[in-house]
Amino acid sequence: MAHTDTIAVAMSGGVDSSAVAAMLRAEGRNVIGLTMQLWNQRRLAGHEGMPESVRGRCCSIDDVYDARRVAETLGIPYYVVNHEERFERDVVRPFVEEYLAGRTPIPCSLCNNHLKFDQLLIVARQIGADKVATGHYAQVVFDEQVDRWLLKRPADKSKDQTYFLFGLTQEQLSRTLFPLGGMTKPEVRELARYHNLVIAEKPDSQEICFVPGGDYKRFLEAYLSEQGSTPTDVAGEMVTTDGKVIGEHAGVHNFTVGQRKGLGVATGSPLYVIQINNDTRQVVVGKDDQLYSRSVRTRRVNLISTAELGEPKRVAVKIRHKHLPAPALIESTGPDEVQVTFDEPQRAITPGQAAVFYDGDIVVGGGWIENSGQ
Amino acid sequence: MRRVYLDNNATTPVLPEVLEAMRPYFGEHYGNASSIHHHGQETRAAVERARETVAALLGCRASEVVFTSGGTEADNLAIFGMARHGDHVITSTIEHHAVLKACKHLEAQGCEVTYIPVDGRGLVDPADVKRALRPHTKLITIMFANNETGVLEPVAEISKIAAEANIYFHTDAVQAAGKIPSHVDRIGCDLLTISGHKLHGPQGVGALYVRKGTKLEPMLYGGSHERSRRAGTENVPGIVGLGKAAELALAGFKRGADLRMDDLRIDDQLDDQKIAAARDRLERELLAIEATGLNGEGAPRVPNTTNIYFDGIEGEALVIALDLKGLAVSTGAACSSGAIEPSHVLIAMGLRPERAKASIRFSLGKQNTTEDVDFALGLIPETVARLRELSPVWPKSAVSA
Repeated sequence: MAHTDTIAVAMSGGVDSSAVAAMLRAEGRNVIGLTMQLWNQRRLAGHEGMPESVRGRCCSIDDVYDARRVAETLGIPYYVVNHEERFERDVVRPFVEEYLAGRTPIPCSLCNNHLKFDQLLIVARQIGADKVATGHYAQVVFDEQVDRWLLKRPADKSKDQTYFLFGLTQEQLSRTLFPLGGMTKPEVRELARYHNLVIAEKPDSQEICFVPGGDYKRFLEAYLSEQGSTPTDVAGEMVTTDGKVIGEHAGVHNFTVGQRKGLGVATGSPLYVIQINNDTRQVVVGKDDQLYSRSVRTRRVNLISTAELGEPKRVAVKIRHKHLPAPALIESTGPDEVQVTFDEPQRAITPGQAAVFYDGDIVVGGGWIENSGQ
Repeated sequence: MRRVYLDNNATTPVLPEVLEAMRPYFGEHYGNASSIHHHGQETRAAVERARETVAALLGCRASEVVFTSGGTEADNLAIFGMARHGDHVITSTIEHHAVLKACKHLEAQGCEVTYIPVDGRGLVDPADVKRALRPHTKLITIMFANNETGVLEPVAEISKIAAEANIYFHTDAVQAAGKIPSHVDRIGCDLLTISGHKLHGPQGVGALYVRKGTKLEPMLYGGSHERSRRAGTENVPGIVGLGKAAELALAGFKRGADLRMDDLRIDDQLDDQKIAAARDRLERELLAIEATGLNGEGAPRVPNTTNIYFDGIEGEALVIALDLKGLAVSTGAACSSGAIEPSHVLIAMGLRPERAKASIRFSLGKQNTTEDVDFALGLIPETVARLRELSPVWPKSAVSA
């Protein structure tokens, strides 16, 4: 099949996006490699107990070096584009603010919405590319019957990344390619080996790219101290579900719903964080069975497979990346607001995370979890 | 694909004559210039001949020329070779990083540094330099020509201030040497930096002029090379190349430039005067695009450089878009990953960050032809228009000027 279109590949220096570049190149397409410089890993290094070494991190010089090597092997033009300012504004600051407000954010979704499929797409089009391809495990197809671009789960369900992509608009999806959507991870690695890419055996990265070692609390403290502020008004009481004060805590950002470790209180039976009350700065703790709830209110909803929800709809809903989608009824309760009612109570529904609605493999849409009903 | 290179302030192609002059020193003339035997004598003679031509370019004595590994080392040698703990140093906010970061390091070592600001044209006011003088001021280091804008700083006036106060004056002339006459006595400096690859010589070689009697501490310790001011076996091919490049630059000034490249016998190939004319034409036609402007307007500049902002675009995207179409230009300074950071020079000139990031530097060299300028002018307006059309910040209903 001959293509004459030009595709910009978002290259991170990892196996997946490198394989994408190789595949598209092998198909004879004009490929331009782009790496987004999003965060200066050295910025907070050695700061407030942050690690000195930043090797092997996203946006590290090593990753850019790897991406450049891959581009050179494939014989494609390659550039690094600087989006540090937008990344800090649209991803890092909201990440920090969400934690300080007692929620548990998902920076990857924000990055997809505001950087990869927004800023990068703009640059890609400006430099002459028609579409952006990424190494996400997901599928995008155009459905002529409903005249909409659909986001679907990938062939390799264990690598499914659609949860992080629910915010994509029709315009964004129309200019996006997910070439790995039909492949499994071992196949992708095999492809990278076949093309002699130096990164073929590079381990997968799992954690949040700008938080070294996954220690987000240290990151928050280092970032806030760099900004010349300390989280002063985040301390508060620790209370039980029936309102009894059992202790104090140093800051709501240290907690996430469902958390058991590090509560700083000793009781007979295991206690979990049930709820974080941002207004009163109270962290509500209780027993495991109190973590379950059936309803979720979501805001800033983005719908993909349909323009409007219309009648209440039966779907499966995923409330965190590793959650098994659970049957639920979704109904529109206002502009950009959807109420989710699960058939069975779900454990640890966490404000700040996303609720993504699935109809089989098709992503209906999703929204940000505001709170859960008890 | 046709490729046109208009980024000669980043580096210049080695002229064929320079390459020819260097070639024997990669092959048959391999002696260590410090050796007493025939082989060493051959290369010693070549190094000293090169020193003489560099001295001729700078209007100084050969003994005052110290060869280094490049402009950065020469700048560092001038700064660290002069300033000691407790000293005060005066520089400007628009220096190359080779000076600016060296000064930052001086501060960490217990020196005091004053960074003189520039006006909207990019010019240091000599009166500011005078006001910054302290009893313990040891060194003033202010560049001759700025690498991003080509703006020429009032170095002769600054040198007078330095001389009156009996303070050493260093100037980074990396972007001036070879483009405009750079005689040390006209400038009045005690130390002056040049770099080989900015004047059609090779990369990896530079020189520091050190006025006789200037007490300079070396940075590198080892053999007594370069009169014990810079230890290390001489980079003979590089030094020979720098010497040849200096000779050609000097000949260009003397003869009004009539240099021809053997492999590029194009009648309208640019000589020194034509470079200025071509730059002026490029600048004039680019400034005819709406919502553009010249950075460094109203200041004296080297003849090969123009720095223009195109409001509503990201310079980074324009550089990439043009590169994909075969035109090499640049913006700001590349960081270690290759991503572009907003230019500290343009910010220091008072440009708002969006405009600094929308600025592009075009710099011509001796190898460029008038057709190269035509090629650039054929590409840039349409590319800028495309970028603006796809820009979220460019008003779609903008009425053309």
